[in-house]
Amino acid sequence: MSPHDIYLLSPEISLAAVAFMVVLADMVNGPKNLVPGVAIVGLAIPLFFIVLLWGEVADWWSLLDPQIGEREGFSIPTLFGTLAVDRFALFFKFLFIGSVGLVLMSSYGYVERFSERRGEFHVLIMLSAVGMMLMAAGTELITLYVALELSTLPLVALAAFGGDRRSSEAGLKYLVLGAIASAVLLYGMTLTFGFTGSTNLEAIAVAVGNVADGTDVFGIPLLAVGIILMVAGFGFKIAAVPFQGWVPDVYEGSPLPVTAFLSVASKAAGFAVIIRVFFTAFESLEVDWALLFAGIAAVSMTIGNLVAIAQTNVKRLLAYSTIAHAGYMLVGLAAVASRTTDNVSIGSGTLLFYLGAYAVTNLAAFFAIMAIMERTRSELIESFAGMSQRAPWLALALSIALLSLTGIPPTVGFMAKLFVFGAAIKADLAWLVALGAVNSVISAYFYLRVIRVMYLAEPKDHERSPRVIPLDISVAVTAIAVIALGVWPKALLEIADRAVQQIF
Amino acid sequence: MWEAAAWAIFFLPLASFVLIGLLIRPFLNHRSELAGYLTIAAIGGAFALSLWALKATTGHSNEIGYASHEWLTVGNLDIRVGILMNSLTAIMLVVVTGVSLAVQVYSQAYMKGDAGYARYYAYMSLFTASMLGLVLASSILQMFVFWELVGLSSYLLIGFWYHRPSAARAAIKAFLVTRLGDLGFLIAILYLFFHQGVFSNAGLNSLDIRDIYVVAGAGLLGTTALTWLAIGFFAGAIGKSAQFPLHVWLPDAMEGPTPVSALIHAATMVAAGVFLVARMFPVFEASESAMNLVAITGGITAVFAATMAMTSNDIKRVVAYSTISQLGYMMLALGIGAYTAAVFHLFNHAFFKALLFLGAGSVNHVAGTFDMRFMGGLRKVQPWTYGMFVVAALSLAGIFPLAGFWSKDEILAEAFHNGDFVSRLVFLLAMAAVFMTAFYIFRALFMTFHGEFRGGVESKAEAAALPDSELVLTSDEEEKIAEGGHAHMAESPLVMVLPMGVLAVLSVVSGFVANAPFKLLTIPKHWISEFLVAPLGHPETPEFIGWVAILSIGLALAGVGLAWAIYAAGKIAPERLTYRPLYQLTMRKYYMDDLYERFIVGQVFYRYSAGLLDWFDRVFVDGVSDNIGWFGRNIGRGIATMQNGQVQAYGGVFTVGAVIILLVYLIK
Repeated sequence: MSPHDIYLLSPEISLAAVAFMVVLADMVNGPKNLVPGVAIVGLAIPLFFIVLLWGEVADWWSLLDPQIGEREGFSIPTLFGTLAVDRFALFFKFLFIGSVGLVLMSSYGYVERFSERRGEFHVLIMLSAVGMMLMAAGTELITLYVALELSTLPLVALAAFGGDRRSSEAGLKYLVLGAIASAVLLYGMTLTFGFTGSTNLEAIAVAVGNVADGTDVFGIPLLAVGIILMVAGFGFKIAAVPFQGWVPDVYEGSPLPVTAFLSVASKAAGFAVIIRVFFTAFESLEVDWALLFAGIAAVSMTIGNLVAIAQTNVKRLLAYSTIAHAGYMLVGLAAVASRTTDNVSIGSGTLLFYLGAYAVTNLAAFFAIMAIMERTRSELIESFAGMSQRAPWLALALSIALLSLTGIPPTVGFMAKLFVFGAAIKADLAWLVALGAVNSVISAYFYLRVIRVMYLAEPKDHERSPRVIPLDISVAVTAIAVIALGVWPKALLEIADRAVQQIF
Repeated sequence: MWEAAAWAIFFLPLASFVLIGLLIRPFLNHRSELAGYLTIAAIGGAFALSLWALKATTGHSNEIGYASHEWLTVGNLDIRVGILMNSLTAIMLVVVTGVSLAVQVYSQAYMKGDAGYARYYAYMSLFTASMLGLVLASSILQMFVFWELVGLSSYLLIGFWYHRPSAARAAIKAFLVTRLGDLGFLIAILYLFFHQGVFSNAGLNSLDIRDIYVVAGAGLLGTTALTWLAIGFFAGAIGKSAQFPLHVWLPDAMEGPTPVSALIHAATMVAAGVFLVARMFPVFEASESAMNLVAITGGITAVFAATMAMTSNDIKRVVAYSTISQLGYMMLALGIGAYTAAVFHLFNHAFFKALLFLGAGSVNHVAGTFDMRFMGGLRKVQPWTYGMFVVAALSLAGIFPLAGFWSKDEILAEAFHNGDFVSRLVFLLAMAAVFMTAFYIFRALFMTFHGEFRGGVESKAEAAALPDSELVLTSDEEEKIAEGGHAHMAESPLVMVLPMGVLAVLSVVSGFVANAPFKLLTIPKHWISEFLVAPLGHPETPEFIGWVAILSIGLALAGVGLAWAIYAAGKIAPERLTYRPLYQLTMRKYYMDDLYERFIVGQVFYRYSAGLLDWFDRVFVDGVSDNIGWFGRNIGRGIATMQNGQVQAYGGVFTVGAVIILLVYLIK
């Protein structure tokens, strides 16, 4: 491992180092805010390296000034070709660090209430994020598998962090079902290795290309089984139907900051791997599995939205909502997958834009719910009654987030849906777009019900609880971002476009 | 006119919204009247600028070409924002800002003392700003954004009195029903994405409205494509303009404060649907089937809504059904190609409809109820309101020479003149609607203002308290009763009467002055017909067909006479004329609410689809999760629990899912 490799891996290494510093800070008997302080300030280090590395693989100035014209981005392989540093990975790394920072900030004050082990909470989230960063960068199956496990295991502990019955149940469920998923994934990888003779994605691509040579490789059943088992394993991570069984219970049982992190970062990591694996290794089979993703997208959207209608618990509601959103994202994936050379007119960055938009929106929703639950102490939607009077800003923030999840302008959720549907319609997936559009109307029903309860119902009590400043800041930052990115989506879209350039 | 000034028309009310929301409501709520002044100033400014825009547009061969600005690029699709300022825009701007201004002035008295005074004006500013943004938009996507914002702010206003369950219900109903239509609009936009290649080959932008005109006019897109496009847009218009069968939200939208209804019905929300069809008129014109669809939907709606207006006992609902019916008129006019007449009718309708609502609000100040069975005799108490209500009613009924006559007559004449089957059909429907319109509005007038006062809200409460009474008090009336509920026998204050007066004058003259058959001082002959030329179209010179005009006035007078005979003179008992089942049918709104709410939403959707899937998740997959309370305490027992099957079930679904996918692929 050369010093250059260390530099290339600096985001992961520094994040792990910060995690250890948090452990140390937790051990010394320092001031109360030492642990969160070290953690949040420490995140600046990996963030700094990400920005620096983006400069390595792309020309920073071309982003600021379109006149300069863009330099072709490139990928730097590292650690014997098991990891890659490219803009795609860096985009996701940025997303993970951002989510970690916001989630840690929001959980200030929240964690210590149900657990004395605040230090561990910070460390586990950070280590999980290290795993996710490696997932986004991995270009080799075994590395990807190890990274996936590294990201999942801390999440198991985190899901059980609440300490009560429901939380332990969530942790155990996530562990057992996660184990099933990773066994299935591993089996799929084994079959793929057996068929192609390599675990390296590029090498797999060559093997697949040589043998298949444009003909239908699904005719060769073993590889098909391998691919589909891998889809199942990743489907667990992104919470798509029919691999979503764990989602409602785990989301409901886990502490809220963990649920937020699960719904955003973990899902994004799953998409990062899917995109990289399928577009690198199985490129020549594209159209075949485009239909597969379209099908999963259709059922995920429909089932997620329909079941969400019947929910009375806000965490379960959002759980089904994230299932539905996995569906919308898969629409984007299917669109990119079934593109042909002449219809790549709506940018391929739309999927990454959707992921970014969804991350901001969902974090805003979860943070606002956390802040509201500081007051209500109840997860039932009806307990949010009259929140517009008890906490007008929080009610507004949650409404903005929910409108964005529904896809109503001028929020970023609207732009994201528009782009994804636009891309899909260009890829001749009109049926999927029609279904998606119908689904977004259905979803208006349950998202709006929460808004209606907050604005159009009388509050049950008027107790005010002390503000938690860091939580309020994270609510404000994300809610403002939802509107700002909706009115001015250009910057995020351009970054997303560049990030996928080498992949697609 | 500078572009900045045109943008200011939109930004002034928006700024008022932001200032009230961020400054006045949090910090100066004890001086909430400032919010009213600020809104009136902002909308007043926008009104002045709109007049300037109208003047400037007249001098610029009916369109000022502002360049659009780049917003973002997705792939090779350029999304731009800008202003499309043509004759339609200018007329709409004047109508929206003018009516909104009158409503804001009136609201000062109507909303006086309401705890949400500042909030009310904030929403009103946002509502007006969204509508203005919609009117100004030069790109179809930009228009859609504001289209949704109009829906959102109307949701806030309809549910303004959120402590009333009926208001909350009505708000969510309005939002969801119109969203159903918006789905069509959205799909139409996505369809334009799909055909982007056609546009870019011609050097055009698929989202720019003017470029869409070019493509529709030059036949670059096939008729089938244009038909689908038009149907998508029309679906949006059906939802927003409350056309059959998505009309169900509008009568319920009465739950908002009455001035809000005036604004929704006259100039903003519902007019947006007609505006959209007018805006996209070249697309519609290119497809005969789309035009026929518009015409027939409009014709059916015009009659259908009028029948419900004839039996309703709530004055606001009568006026609401009247709006639906009149919007149907405009749609049918557009459908037969009478673009100018349709927009002209929209223009005239705005004034007398706003006046009718403001009149209903004024009457409510006396009676405490909107139920006409408990009004009566109010002409002595509120002579001004009475006088102006008469003017508005005559104008709505289309009696010469009031405003409503001119535009309605143009529509009728053109429908007759066209001569094809669909035009003839809608001509008959429109003629039937003329009679019904005159009947229901004068029925409302006589029931409200003539005869003896029937005690207002107090009597209604007494009647409702009787054991076998079918009457139900609305939440509004219950509040009035709780407050003491005495009839407050006086004319409304000047702030309310004055804007009504202005609207009354306009309801008389707007039709004649804007489209006079001869040169009127500085206004040229047939000004609006010359000015409001459909994009890619030729000026329509209104054809005057004498017998059509006389027949329509005759029918209207017959309607007035019948209403008089029944409700003012009492010469005919209403029971003699009604066929009970039919009456019941209209009273129950043709059972369409029941169909939608109870059956489709309640049963099919909520109970069966969602309920079934949720049941599946809970019972089949999650069966034992409710009784594993001891799990946390005992991990061994916990594992035992899992052996009860729940986690296996998840795993089972997981595996079965994977196998199904696999089978689908292998069999294929």
